[in-house]
Amino acid sequence: MSSWAATIGGVISLRRIPLWTLALASLALVTIALVCVFYVAPNDANQGFSQRIFYFHVSIAFTAYACFACGAWGALRHLWKRDPRADLESYVCIHQGIIFGAMVLLTGSIWAKISWGHWWVWSEDELVLFLVLYLFYCAYFMLRFSLDPGPQRANLSAVYALFGVVLVPVSFAAIRLSKEFLHPRVFTLSGPRFGGWILVTYLVAQAAMLVLAYTLYRIEIVGKRLDLRLRELREVVA
Amino acid sequence: MSYFRDVGALARKDLLLELRARDTLPAMLLFVAAVFVIFHFALPGEPSRLETTGFLWVAILFTALLGLGRAFVPEREQRTLDGLVLAPCDRSAIWLAKSLATLAFLAAAEVVALPLYALFFHHVGGATVLAVALADVGICAVGTFLGAMAVVTRARDLLLPLLFLPLAIPIVVGSVGASVAHAPGKYLAFLALYDALFAVVCWGTFEYVVSE
Repeated sequence: MSSWAATIGGVISLRRIPLWTLALASLALVTIALVCVFYVAPNDANQGFSQRIFYFHVSIAFTAYACFACGAWGALRHLWKRDPRADLESYVCIHQGIIFGAMVLLTGSIWAKISWGHWWVWSEDELVLFLVLYLFYCAYFMLRFSLDPGPQRANLSAVYALFGVVLVPVSFAAIRLSKEFLHPRVFTLSGPRFGGWILVTYLVAQAAMLVLAYTLYRIEIVGKRLDLRLRELREVVA
Repeated sequence: MSYFRDVGALARKDLLLELRARDTLPAMLLFVAAVFVIFHFALPGEPSRLETTGFLWVAILFTALLGLGRAFVPEREQRTLDGLVLAPCDRSAIWLAKSLATLAFLAAAEVVALPLYALFFHHVGGATVLAVALADVGICAVGTFLGAMAVVTRARDLLLPLLFLPLAIPIVVGSVGASVAHAPGKYLAFLALYDALFAVVCWGTFEYVVSE
């Protein structure tokens, strides 16, 4: 119980950080991450320079998952507690997830081209899972924009966002299963040994992406709230 | 017990409507037959069993989509959904009854489609029939749920395939795997797991789809 309270307390205090501090922090972290990735981290023995894209690819993917998870959490809060802010927060989280998700597909695609000479490789489980999720969350947007603002839109969006939580593990299992009849040959890579500067670089890149995502989220939510407020004022005036 | 009586009454209503109007089932049958003919011309030469199995599942999925798209149309046109929501029964009964009715249409269409596939292309194995049965449950459970969502949007019929297809990818994986693998047990178990998981989610959240 106390850990729950501490987590909730942490989230609340996260909201209190001023936006300009967040913006400066993400600028600094992204700069440090770039320096680490290009100048500090050692070259990979097998893949050489191209392996460096992994620091960003993996950290962006993790950030996108975190955004989708936050979106689902907002959806749950909307349906369960009827928290009036939860719907907008859930939507903005998923929007950020989509932006980072597009970057995951892009960086993954570049890496596939350099490593295997093809822009798309179906044998990469995580990449295919991401494509399925990406299609799913794009449909979320189609659904949301096809409904008028109001409680119904909030409900349907929340329910569909919750489906995503079930879809992630199910799709992952499905893609693993599909390999056995689609791709008998599995690519094996001797991945980077985690430790030393590699670990430090990854952690810095991960922190940079998470802070960047949170900053973007805050900027978008401020804009969206301002927009709503403006609309309400206009209706009052008109 | 009264819950199942409600479900039975609601499902009977849909089946009776279909029996009188004959809107959905003939369309599904004609569609699946036409799709098979298209496949014959889309697959040049002598297509292998692997290839046609994949196409069989595409045909089943799209035929199901045709039926699912129609599922909530009478409710919209006659404005009966408001009445159903106001009725003193659990809201999830509406979803369960509609899923069962759609399942009946899909099964009826497949009773014709599978022999037709065997006649045109290759024989259908026992594992494929079992996979069809399990996949139908998942398709109807999730598809009916999303159909109820799509019908209240502006885009309506356009939206259902977009909402449904990403969620149907695991079904396709499980059923194609069960149809072509030497040991289909794992894939059938996966399909059953999918059915159970999504049925519980749909059953638990349908309330929020129809009420505000």
